[in-house]
Amino acid sequence: MPYTPHTKEDISSMLEIIGLEDEDALFDSIPKELRVKSFALPEGLSEFEVFEALKDTGKKNKTDKTLFIGGGYYDHVVPSAVDALSMRSEFYTAYTPYQAEASQGTLQALYEYQSLICRLFEMDVTNASMYDGGTALAEAALMAIRIRKRDKVIVDSGVNPVYKTILKTYLKIRGFEVEEINSESFETDKNEVLSKIDEQTACFIFQNPNFFGSVQDFSDIIEKLHSVKALAVGSFYPVSLGLLKTPGAMGVDIATADGQSLGNYLGFGGPSFGIMVTKKEFIRQIPGRIVGKTVDKENKEAFVLTLQAREQHIRRQKATSNICSNQNLMALRATIFLSLLGKDGFKELSTLNHLKTNYLKDELSKIDNITIKNLTPTFNEFVIKLPKKASKVIEQMSKSDIYAGIDVGKTDKNLDKFLLVAVTEKRTKKQMDRFVKVLKEVL
Amino acid sequence: MSVFDNSKKGRKGVKLPRLDVDTKIEFSNKLLRENKAELPELSELDVVRHFTRLSSKNFSIDKNFYPLGSCTMKYNPKIEEKVASLESFNTVHPHLILNDLSEDIQGSLEIISKSEELFCEMTGMDAFTLTPQAGAHGEMTGIMLIHAYHQNKGNKKRYVIVPDSSHGTNPATASMVGYEVITIKSDKSGDMNINEFKEKMSDEVAAVMLTVPNTLGIFNPNIKEICDIAHSYDALMYYDGANLNAILGVVRPGDIGFDVTHLNLHKTFATPHGGGGPGSGPVGVKEFLKPFLPNLQVEKKDGKYGFKKVSEQSIGRISPFFGNYMVTLRALVYILILGKEGLMNVSKKAVLNANYIRVKLKEYYDMPYDMPCMHECVLSAASLLKEHKVRALDIAKYLLDFGLHAPTIYFPLIVKEAIMIEPTETENKEDIDYFCKKMVDAVTLAKQNPKVFHDLPKTLPVSRPDETKAARELDICQC
Amino acid sequence: MRKYTKDHEWALVEDDIAMVGISEHAVEELGDITFIEAPEIGATLSKGDSAGFVESVKAASDIYAPLSGEVTEVNTRLENEPETVNTEPLGEGWIYKMKLSDIGELDDLMSEEDYQKFLSTL
Repeated sequence: MPYTPHTKEDISSMLEIIGLEDEDALFDSIPKELRVKSFALPEGLSEFEVFEALKDTGKKNKTDKTLFIGGGYYDHVVPSAVDALSMRSEFYTAYTPYQAEASQGTLQALYEYQSLICRLFEMDVTNASMYDGGTALAEAALMAIRIRKRDKVIVDSGVNPVYKTILKTYLKIRGFEVEEINSESFETDKNEVLSKIDEQTACFIFQNPNFFGSVQDFSDIIEKLHSVKALAVGSFYPVSLGLLKTPGAMGVDIATADGQSLGNYLGFGGPSFGIMVTKKEFIRQIPGRIVGKTVDKENKEAFVLTLQAREQHIRRQKATSNICSNQNLMALRATIFLSLLGKDGFKELSTLNHLKTNYLKDELSKIDNITIKNLTPTFNEFVIKLPKKASKVIEQMSKSDIYAGIDVGKTDKNLDKFLLVAVTEKRTKKQMDRFVKVLKEVL
Repeated sequence: MSVFDNSKKGRKGVKLPRLDVDTKIEFSNKLLRENKAELPELSELDVVRHFTRLSSKNFSIDKNFYPLGSCTMKYNPKIEEKVASLESFNTVHPHLILNDLSEDIQGSLEIISKSEELFCEMTGMDAFTLTPQAGAHGEMTGIMLIHAYHQNKGNKKRYVIVPDSSHGTNPATASMVGYEVITIKSDKSGDMNINEFKEKMSDEVAAVMLTVPNTLGIFNPNIKEICDIAHSYDALMYYDGANLNAILGVVRPGDIGFDVTHLNLHKTFATPHGGGGPGSGPVGVKEFLKPFLPNLQVEKKDGKYGFKKVSEQSIGRISPFFGNYMVTLRALVYILILGKEGLMNVSKKAVLNANYIRVKLKEYYDMPYDMPCMHECVLSAASLLKEHKVRALDIAKYLLDFGLHAPTIYFPLIVKEAIMIEPTETENKEDIDYFCKKMVDAVTLAKQNPKVFHDLPKTLPVSRPDETKAARELDICQC
Repeated sequence: MRKYTKDHEWALVEDDIAMVGISEHAVEELGDITFIEAPEIGATLSKGDSAGFVESVKAASDIYAPLSGEVTEVNTRLENEPETVNTEPLGEGWIYKMKLSDIGELDDLMSEEDYQKFLSTL
């Protein structure tokens, strides 16, 4: 039997010690009428057979095409050292670090993760990661509601539509109000937002760069929020923070992000990890695990899980959240990724993304029947208006092995001629030239 | 020494792709970051050495026995990683879903569909959602489904019932979904007290959350009665799958009256714990709850996989896409390798190992529930504390020096100085015997020289970190 | 004289102001205290209302108002020195003061002696 080492002798000597006749007697406490009605699973296979079968299933995917799709998930480089180090079994087969002495590797890595994230976001405190950027945003909203003891949350038009759905799912069930702001353009309708902020507002949620790639200045809005003691909650794109103004510098109260872009594969959407960073004063309201530095009995530097009294295993129904796991291994990957890139490398990565995108943007704006729709500067993603349906263009370009972007019409059926295009450091001039050529042919 | 301590100006660990275009930065100063992020500057070898050294400070399944009750720390088969590294799976962009390009991802969708089918068969449920990303996330999803059911029916429900032996995530989850919690005491046999349960049950109870066997490793023979009573009040039964390893192939929650189930793929289905995650908590439901399932769902039509149009009654979305997809893939590998016989063998050997340990240790520790257990057993160090001032924590620290990770301590909360042991089925008799020997040696030491425990562990990188200092003088960032 | 509740809070009344804290027993059970959240100044509490919580390394415990009244003062020393509750739970480790609205409620609380008897039943 795979993975169980018991020989006949083992079994009989163990049964003898326990005082039972056979293995079936181990289940005597379970009445016969409760036994399985069916357990029709296939026969077990060898490693080779399983690998071949799943490799064949994988071949049914036809996804080996050039990616110009973003929308919060990007085709970034994953340095080989990230794989090599995170795949060390001392990291990936380790347990949650509740026994600190047995887990200093995991704990120190998490402390370094927390430190790197705080420096990246220019904020005071972060946790040891959450599930993903969407649930992190929802938890941030719940946190703002807890902190300000208010029920109303306002969410901007530019927030990732998938995240908005998650936000509504998490909040509506508790009876909290989610007011969605619309906009005529792909940017924030500032006046509309300012008019909606009042003393009942727990927080305003925005995204920068927003889902459509636009980069904006939210200072006015954040100032208004603070004047009525409401919180500014923002969803950010980590790689963009190499170039762009940080949430810390903006005065954001709770910043969230998805960590996929920091050394994790796309993996059809998971696992990734969620980032949540906040101000020092809110530390006791933040959900999730937190690692702290201390000393041991010999005064040696040591790391431990701390502030556990916020968490489910202690507070039970009064916990800040029911969250138990963090996405530890994915956060570890990000830690290694950021350590490899370093101060200059990270800025270079960010700049590369932006400059390459500008090339494609420039080339596309030269095409007559296409318009770039963003009214503000963009980081590595932008919206173009096409003369025909985006879905058609995507379909046709797909035949030339190019994934042209996201059909914005799928988020709003009035926008079915709009295409959201992303470029990363992995896209070459050659690939971008080919994009332009094929698009022209298709139009 | 941290990554920051080892940093030296001018070092870099990655060579990035070339800039092959000539364009300008679009932003004015007010949109730009003022200073570069203070990330460390290290060469690739610096980073490799640093994290390799850190890794050597960890216990891990590949190196150490983890008899952690309630965690099911079984061996993670290497074949899982081999399949997970297939580029045909791990480079797929999730927004191909938004673009509705299902024809390009038939392979990825097949994995989801096949996994759901197998989970249904193993648990006796009618449908599964693979979107929850952890056990607790699954619990939240499950209770939300129950909430939607009641709301749809116009039922006025206020409470969720949990036993006092429940895992903390159960009441925390109920709270998160807006319910109040009623906790029922456990009786002398470790089961939820059926009389108190009958008393506290009412039309206002939305759900009863149970772990079977319970967190003491004991199978409640009244389970069917509990399910029937709950259903008579239109309260739904929720199965917390943390202990599925004990009854896989023996009992299916769907057969005995549960309406909603969650699985822990990182427990029962051998996907790696990763030092704390990622896990995965798929949720199974009975037919009548299908309309409430969250987005995204896969369906097969005319031999092709596609996305099911979610009903209006769906609770919404609890996860961006299909949860921790690559974890699901690993679990599927495990299921295919084991097959029917292998899976049915899991519980047999898990329960065999746990009872063997129970019998070998019962003379040395308090047995709060002196009866056969299932896949885990609970001992207590209460007498050791009383007579020799040695606590469960001290026993745990003693074991570490022998390369044995401590069992779960201080859980469940209803047992004083609890020590919960779950060996899992992948441990061999020799390692189990060694563990038992050290557990006995610990008792001997407690009687002869209890003071020694305060200095343990002695051979690890750190010993007895000051948790009070960590909380009072918070240092969570080298900033 | 100091009076106690079943939830291990104590109240020391002078005129119509009650000083409130948690008992030595509570402190022993909690272990090293790391944080105290006191009720807000100005808050109106009814006897039995949730009035903040005390956090230790391994536990967190709600504190309840022993009597009804309005919170007038909070022990700000505990913000930076939470350990004071461990060392002087009955003195410097007081948590808040309240102006009582119904001094008659004092009769329902336990005396020092009764509280010790109560503890022995636990």
